[in-house]
Amino acid sequence: MFGKKKERRGAEIPSSSLADIAFLLLVFFLVVTTIDVDTGIGLVLPPPPDDTTPPPPIRERNLMKILVNNQGMVLINGQPTAVNDVRERVVEFVDNANRDNNPDMSVSPQAAIVSIQTARQTPYEVYINMLDEVRGAYAQLRDASSMTMFGIRYERYRATLARPADDVIRQIYPMNVSIAEPDQGN
Amino acid sequence: MSKFQKKNAKAKQEVPTTAMPDIVFMLLIFFMVTTVLREVTLQVRVELTRAENIEKIEQKRLVSYIYIGPRIVGNNVYGETRVQIDDALIDELVFIRRIMYDKLLEQPRLIVSLRVDRESEMGIVTDVQQELRQAGTLQINYSTRRLQ
Repeated sequence: MFGKKKERRGAEIPSSSLADIAFLLLVFFLVVTTIDVDTGIGLVLPPPPDDTTPPPPIRERNLMKILVNNQGMVLINGQPTAVNDVRERVVEFVDNANRDNNPDMSVSPQAAIVSIQTARQTPYEVYINMLDEVRGAYAQLRDASSMTMFGIRYERYRATLARPADDVIRQIYPMNVSIAEPDQGN
Repeated sequence: MSKFQKKNAKAKQEVPTTAMPDIVFMLLIFFMVTTVLREVTLQVRVELTRAENIEKIEQKRLVSYIYIGPRIVGNNVYGETRVQIDDALIDELVFIRRIMYDKLLEQPRLIVSLRVDRESEMGIVTDVQQELRQAGTLQINYSTRRLQ
């Protein structure tokens, strides 16, 4: 009776199935994991309107007003424009100092501000296409600047940076997109 | 000649498997860390628009989603445009302020990703944005797919 106990002294927890258990868990997490990353257009909203502090003064020539109406038609500084032409217009406006030096357009790329105003019935898709065009304009400018300064595309230049704050090109072409206060009328 | 005979003696070789559990555990831990288990059941239709100049959001943990689209009533039947956060439809847009403010306290670097149906109008998007401004969650993102 008591002799039996002695035999079991050397017993160990069987670890041969450890790998199988781990594999099972691994497969579970593999199946459950979704690696798809969210992609989209990032934007920073302005802080809520404050009655005590007036908005900073902006010179009229540095402001590009883009209006999108209920039918999805685009008006840039009072001129009707097709959505496909927005990119070209933004490039002209932002890079004005290095091109024509038109007195009605921005003083410098740093000072340029693109303001976007929509109406309530504006189709969301048109708005996104328009934002996409504006971003495309900046991407084009940054790419060109990166090619002349470093000889590589902007995206590759950004990958070489240790800190995002060191980005010289972004200092030359900061993207100042402002969402205008919504129209209270309609 | 003896060179070839040597090989015969060593023929019984096996891949060492003692380290296998360690490797498996390492993979396991990686997937456990990266997995985000929470999933929402959509009550509104969200067909994203497509765009060209988009960026990736690397840190998925910072992102909180707001869904805007026509409410799914039945099979291919859609109701009016509604807003959904997590698993609930929002009845009054004013509630968004409170919900997002609480989320911001939990995660100060919160990014709000707006997943808006392509057929929506800007009115409701603007209203939601106004609420987000009041809540102080200023980092937003319009979810779009890459243009093919």
